[in-house]
Amino acid sequence: MEQEQQVSDFNTIEDVQRAMFAQRYIADRSLATAVFLALKRRKPLLLEGEPGVGKTEIAKVLASALNTPLIRLQCYEGIDVSTAVYEWNYTRQMLHIRLMEASGINRQQELKEIFGPEFLIKRPLLQAIDAENASAPVLLIDELDRSDEEFEAYLLELLSDFQITIPEIGTIVAKDPPVVIITSNRTREIHDALRRRCLYYWIDFPTLEKEYSIVLARMPDVPERLAKQVCTFVRELRSADLYKAPGVAETLDWISSLLALNQLELVEGPVRDTLGALLKYQDDVLKVGGSDLYKMVQKARGAS
Amino acid sequence: MSLDGQENGDYFAKEPLRPLELERGERLLFRLTEFGRMLWEVGIDVGPRKMLELAETLNYVDVTSKEDFYNALKCSLLPKHEQEVLFDQLFLYYWYMRDRQDKKAENPKGAAKRDDRQMRLPPSERKRLAEHMNANEQHRKDLKAEMRQTERRRKAEERIDEDDDDDANPQGTAYSAIEMLRKKDFESFTWEEVQEAKRLMSEMHWHLGMRPTHRKAPARKGSYPDMRRIVRRNLKYGAEFLELTWREIKRKPRPLVIICDISGSMSLYSRLLLHFIHTISNGLMNVETFVFGTRLTRITRQLKKRDVDDAVRDVSKNVQDWSGGTRIGDALHFFNHHWAKRVLGRGAVVLVISDGWDRGNASLLQVEMDRLQHSCHRLIWLNPLLGSPDYRPLTIGMKTALPYIDNFLPAHNLDSLISLGKLLETIDDSRPARSTAERRKAVAIWTRPSAF
Repeated sequence: MEQEQQVSDFNTIEDVQRAMFAQRYIADRSLATAVFLALKRRKPLLLEGEPGVGKTEIAKVLASALNTPLIRLQCYEGIDVSTAVYEWNYTRQMLHIRLMEASGINRQQELKEIFGPEFLIKRPLLQAIDAENASAPVLLIDELDRSDEEFEAYLLELLSDFQITIPEIGTIVAKDPPVVIITSNRTREIHDALRRRCLYYWIDFPTLEKEYSIVLARMPDVPERLAKQVCTFVRELRSADLYKAPGVAETLDWISSLLALNQLELVEGPVRDTLGALLKYQDDVLKVGGSDLYKMVQKARGAS
Repeated sequence: MSLDGQENGDYFAKEPLRPLELERGERLLFRLTEFGRMLWEVGIDVGPRKMLELAETLNYVDVTSKEDFYNALKCSLLPKHEQEVLFDQLFLYYWYMRDRQDKKAENPKGAAKRDDRQMRLPPSERKRLAEHMNANEQHRKDLKAEMRQTERRRKAEERIDEDDDDDANPQGTAYSAIEMLRKKDFESFTWEEVQEAKRLMSEMHWHLGMRPTHRKAPARKGSYPDMRRIVRRNLKYGAEFLELTWREIKRKPRPLVIICDISGSMSLYSRLLLHFIHTISNGLMNVETFVFGTRLTRITRQLKKRDVDDAVRDVSKNVQDWSGGTRIGDALHFFNHHWAKRVLGRGAVVLVISDGWDRGNASLLQVEMDRLQHSCHRLIWLNPLLGSPDYRPLTIGMKTALPYIDNFLPAHNLDSLISLGKLLETIDDSRPARSTAERRKAVAIWTRPSAF
């Protein structure tokens, strides 16, 4: 029903909440506020939180709610301008030089042609601020903590002015600045200078009720009993002292594994066999899989 | 009531605000700035630019809704999850509690000032702090008196020395004095010697082993062609590539993580070691520092202060368990769970400083040491007791940790710190052997009757 939404259509925080819900994303009012302000003020939104709480998902949901393309930049150590912003197409340039040599074009002309837009390979950041975009895209800069400080410094300029300077061509300015979502898993501290330019939101693990509604929104076919028991069990796990507590993504994963085994409610045996979908460290599996597992399963069953 | 951006704009254009409304708006702005200043005072990074942007942002939010107002303020002003609790407290205090107090008080300005201070520390803590400060002053006075005495004594001795051998080379004695100081155990330092040691420490230069990064920089000789420059340079030759340019992998110093024991058994060393850590963290780019007794505290921010004494004072204010018991296992457990992922990336070198007197759980310590070793590039353990030639790692804590240590070094005098510096410089890309056999060997050295 609300397919053709635009940024200007979101007038209230509820609008944002509703649009995200339509995309089956359950957002707290506080998160919706942050997203709403990011849209209205066109400021980047920096999202932090444990892995698997739905940071990346927000960008995807926003893009489909706004019906604009999602441009994703996955950061990694060593990412640089040639992989994130632009690169010249050297092979084409070389071929072109040969052609021009053959047809005898003068050097000045040659230079101009070779470093023209048609030889430019646009990488995600340049795509995001390209003036040819029909509407402002959603730019997702994923796991910024993986990149190096140098790249972060480069982003500073881009995120405050939404422009990129290519020496051979000139400055490219975004007509309609993109909606920028930055995520970080905190394997490294993001510099204060970048934080200052962003709106910040910490996504926490959901409450029991919220997780339950997430499960139902994402997997409408799941038996309610199982969903309730799983959510209770997972919440219990998060309060245990684990090296890596399971996120919402793991919860959903686990439910589909249990469904694949035709389980309608939690039973100790299958739970033990599928713990690997929830816990990703051997120490954690050993700890949870010990004598207390039966008790935890019983407790979760009792709660539903 | 909706204070939408456009509506607000229209409203503004149509008719000037009535005095009452104007006053209200101004008061909100005033209070916002006051609130911002309060945040800034407790260390939340809020500058004027942020405040200006917040004022703009609030145009889009219904400020009469408490929840939205709070959410908007939070996502605009709060830059870090760690400070969330602090922010919430201050928010509650400033926007709810203080008003009530103000109404009661006759002199709101004075009340606000007093309350600000109250916010930072609960009364019990304030009392403790006051005592601590007084104690410090007393201590300082004592020290000063002591210093004056030793100074007098030293001068007297010097005079005698001069009388004894007039032709002694003054430079030589100075040199050997430093030499002696370098060899002397921190434990037996006098106050003067501590000052001298601090001075010597601050003169030390630190370099950490380099690690290859994944970035490349232009270089005269390298392994990767720099296509962009090649195309540019060779334009003049037509399409023939005659001049080649290269790029090479950039190298950067490794991050250093220091985890220092400040429990009772280390009290003779810990203050001086803090000075030492301060010089390292100010000389190197990427240092994270933690201290522990029964629990772990991060003190990286406190040590960023330029002045050593300021920094150390700040640390002692923030750390609760000075000279208490030790639970190394628990401290490392906390570190592994909450900090390891954030500070041990990029081939970090970990420096644990402790004497290994542990009152905690040995099996926990073993698990956590194993994990710590696996998540860092090099695990170095400094033990001040190791300076004594007949030291043996016999305490349960040290025995448990020993197999997981890559380098086990003394830290009892200046010389040992200098040799630590040399070791740090030589750390290269190769990983130390961490097989079971190597571990057994490392332990065997120490169980043999005469290690030296």
